[in-house]
Amino acid sequence: MKFNRFIFANLFRKKIRLILTIGSFAVALFLFTFLAVVRSAFSRGTELAGADRLVVINRAGLINVIPLSYRDKILQIKGVKAVTHNNWFGGVYQDEKNFFPQFVIDPENQRQVMTEMRVPDDEWNNFVKDRQGAVVGAGLAKRFGWKVGDRLPIKNALYGPTKTWEFVLDGIYHNDHPGGDESQFWLQWKYFDETIPAVIKSQVGWYVVKLDSPDDAVPVAAAIDKGFANSSTETKTETESAFAAGFAKQLGNIELLILTIGGVVFFTLLLVTGNTMAISVRERVGELAVLKAIGYPDRYVLFFVLSEALVIALIGGLIGLGLAVLAIPVVGAALRGLLPPLLLSVSVLSLGLAFAVFVGVASGLLPGIGAMRLRVVDALRRV
Amino acid sequence: MIRVDGRSDSPSLIRVRGLNKTYRRGGENIQVLQGLNLDVDQADFVAFMGPSGSGKTTLLNLLGGLDVPSAGSITVAGDEITHMSASKLTQWRARHVGFIFQMYNLIPVLTAFQNVELPLLLTKLSKSERRKHVETALGVVGLSDRMNHFPRQLSGGQEQRVTIARAIVSDPTFLLCDEPTGDLDRKSADEIMALIEELVGKYHKTVLMVTHDPVVAARAHTTLHLDKGVLVEAERKGVLVGGVA
Amino acid sequence: MAIPVIYNFRSVKARWTSAIVAVLGIAGTVGVFVAMLSLARGFKATLVSSGSADNAMVMRAGATSEMTGGVGIDAVKILQDAPGIARSSDGPLVTPEVVLVAPIPLISTGTDANVQIRGVSKNVLQIRNKVKIVEGRMFQPGLNEVVVGKNATKSYTGLTLGNTISLGNVRWLIVGIFDAGGSSFDSEVWADAHLLGPAYNRPDTFFQSVTVHLVSPDSLQQFKDAVTSDPRLNVDVTREIDYYSKQSTRLTTLITVLGGLIAAIMAIGAVFGALNTMYSAVAERGREIATMRALGFGGPSVVFSFVIEALLIAFVGGLLGCLVVLPLNGLTTGAMNLQTFSHLAFAFKITPELLVKGIIFALVMGFVGGLLPAVRAATRPVAQALREL
Repeated sequence: MKFNRFIFANLFRKKIRLILTIGSFAVALFLFTFLAVVRSAFSRGTELAGADRLVVINRAGLINVIPLSYRDKILQIKGVKAVTHNNWFGGVYQDEKNFFPQFVIDPENQRQVMTEMRVPDDEWNNFVKDRQGAVVGAGLAKRFGWKVGDRLPIKNALYGPTKTWEFVLDGIYHNDHPGGDESQFWLQWKYFDETIPAVIKSQVGWYVVKLDSPDDAVPVAAAIDKGFANSSTETKTETESAFAAGFAKQLGNIELLILTIGGVVFFTLLLVTGNTMAISVRERVGELAVLKAIGYPDRYVLFFVLSEALVIALIGGLIGLGLAVLAIPVVGAALRGLLPPLLLSVSVLSLGLAFAVFVGVASGLLPGIGAMRLRVVDALRRV
Repeated sequence: MIRVDGRSDSPSLIRVRGLNKTYRRGGENIQVLQGLNLDVDQADFVAFMGPSGSGKTTLLNLLGGLDVPSAGSITVAGDEITHMSASKLTQWRARHVGFIFQMYNLIPVLTAFQNVELPLLLTKLSKSERRKHVETALGVVGLSDRMNHFPRQLSGGQEQRVTIARAIVSDPTFLLCDEPTGDLDRKSADEIMALIEELVGKYHKTVLMVTHDPVVAARAHTTLHLDKGVLVEAERKGVLVGGVA
Repeated sequence: MAIPVIYNFRSVKARWTSAIVAVLGIAGTVGVFVAMLSLARGFKATLVSSGSADNAMVMRAGATSEMTGGVGIDAVKILQDAPGIARSSDGPLVTPEVVLVAPIPLISTGTDANVQIRGVSKNVLQIRNKVKIVEGRMFQPGLNEVVVGKNATKSYTGLTLGNTISLGNVRWLIVGIFDAGGSSFDSEVWADAHLLGPAYNRPDTFFQSVTVHLVSPDSLQQFKDAVTSDPRLNVDVTREIDYYSKQSTRLTTLITVLGGLIAAIMAIGAVFGALNTMYSAVAERGREIATMRALGFGGPSVVFSFVIEALLIAFVGGLLGCLVVLPLNGLTTGAMNLQTFSHLAFAFKITPELLVKGIIFALVMGFVGGLLPAVRAATRPVAQALREL
């Protein structure tokens, strides 16, 4: 466009100011992306939960067990496709700091229910045959540099006297969903149930139920809970996403925290760029008046100011997003074990860019309208 | 033929009738122009003089369509501009008026060439046509060899030449100059005035100029004095003043 | 020769719109910084105040938290005779405890939170002597009665005096509210340990941890040596205060790392804002500066003067940031203890020391943002600066 040169020439009028303003934008966009990624890491469990899965826990709370015998009763309910069960193992690998979730799984049904967690068939077959076998998520394997065939001692104090359980890594699972959980450690139900003291045998932590159709979630959940009502162990059945959301909510109000910080950043940024644009318009009142005198319509003047703000916003925004793309994997690695994996999605990036454009336009609007409304006669007198 | 009595019968290029302009300042109405009349023809060169606050710049702003009068009419080449909407007036300015201000008012981040090109960006001219026009205009003011210099690399006189080139590049109906030599030394001022005279003599441009410098004013065909809100021809005023004295 | 500071005051006042941008940028950064640290500190303080130096916790060897512990009744009996334990008229001050979590809806969101339920012995108030019953009375041993922490009664539905709640397969009457001095016990529900286990189909001879009151803090070693050398026992002994401060590490690390990172990024942005403000201050006052230089003020005085001005702006920003977050002090919020997965109420804790840190942080930002522009102001040739304007 024929005005490009003019707009760019104006941009470089004050180089330090330009760099600083672009820098502010880059910082804000970086922070924006970072916060969005942290937020999505916290809520990912809810977002990625299978819509066609229910979680059945003991009504008295997750730490209480449910008899294994419930399995067959649940399977008989109409609308249930498959059932698997898990226990929380709660062991320690080398040091307490190396926390990762360990689940006792039921090899017969695990793959029918947790369909998104994929294990190569040969690895899976080895695991099924191997009583002391283990399967771990790809992320976890990478974190500790484990390879198939490695021996993994896990210390456990939860079931009987503290002892070290020996495992052999037979397989690695990958999650179909980008950013989905790849941090679990699976061990065999048989090994677990045979090793623990007799009093707590044949008790599972929770069941995961796969439905024929997501539409059946409510009636099936009600049917399960009704079936065990007034027994010694009552159940509480929820969709997987409700279960995950309940868990996430207890972590504290991350959402509010992130929104507050985001709001502070947004407001400050608007102020910084708005002020910069206002200063640069103020400095050029005379020039803008001349433009108008020689016949430039008002909307052109507004267009010049807005374009300048927008170009700053876009350059700053892209730098910020670029830095985020580079830095988030590093930060994610530093926070490993404390947070679910940090994942930068295209939607976060495009949201960030939209945010930059919005702030750019908003910050240029007020000074731009001021410049547009400027009366040539007054402006020339001021010069 | 320049007249200030409003009795011209032939249709002149610029025709001003009963022009009034009142400002409100501090709750008080200040009447700057009071029923001013003026007729200017093609290739006329008029200088307006008068003490500070006499309304010289106000008149120039009104003639250039930068301001609207309280009453009266201004007609330029048959178009009455006093009732035009703001956006219409903007378009009209782009086509008919070339401005030359005291402060050079060049965009510091653009080269001489780009500054002169600015008015043409509003037209539908192609890039090569624009280049031709700009080169011509810069040739007229004698700055063909300074096209790619930035304003800060030029002297005051050269900057003012660029302003003149910018004013004539779109071939406007008339030129308005507000103290065109105000910031220049005598030698540069002479050169600028010679250039303006050339525009009138050689290119038949119509020039209206405000100045407080009698030497500069003397180069115009006619000098008009603003007195109590109307224009008075200098010779007659001189006679009157002389008569009283 | 120093340039009077009053000059900087007046200058800031004259260009307040530009200064306010820097002030707000710094205020926002300091606000986030102080709020995050006070959150981490509040959480830590809550857990640390749960422990006391003259109590010791006994858990199965290798257990990382009470949730994973396990101590049988036989072991408890041996422990009661160990040296170093304080005694009262009704026997040794030892409380074998059962720890569970029960899902109870939060008043604020209506969603279930994992509330920690603790089965304790009848003399627990002598062992945890900071805990006081403030309403109602202590539960009667052998009855299905509970007492509720003061944060629990405020945070979770139905935990009010006189109400009954269902825990396990038994209903319990709430007979008292206790104040545990802002510690994590305030988020708990306490019942008779001998009844709580059976309510959850557990033997009443099995506990998760045993807390003992020591004769004095110095008795720990004596007690520990005796217990760990006893071949009949396979347990770890930790001072109670150490156990709880360790509990807080995961969440505090998370908040500190995350908060520190956010504050650091914001600080870069705020420094940019301050630089922008100070550079435009230098640009706008080019002639003033040149005049001062011409009058004989040296380069260092000009640098000093501008740095002072930047520090002034930063100080106001820091102060504003502190003031804005100050009302958070004492505000109670909830979070999950990442060690036990139980929900815990705690308060933001803004200490004077934290505020001072916030102000220092602001001044550092101001100094960084002011130094370069100040140097530029001082190194510009006087004659050129005078001519330019």
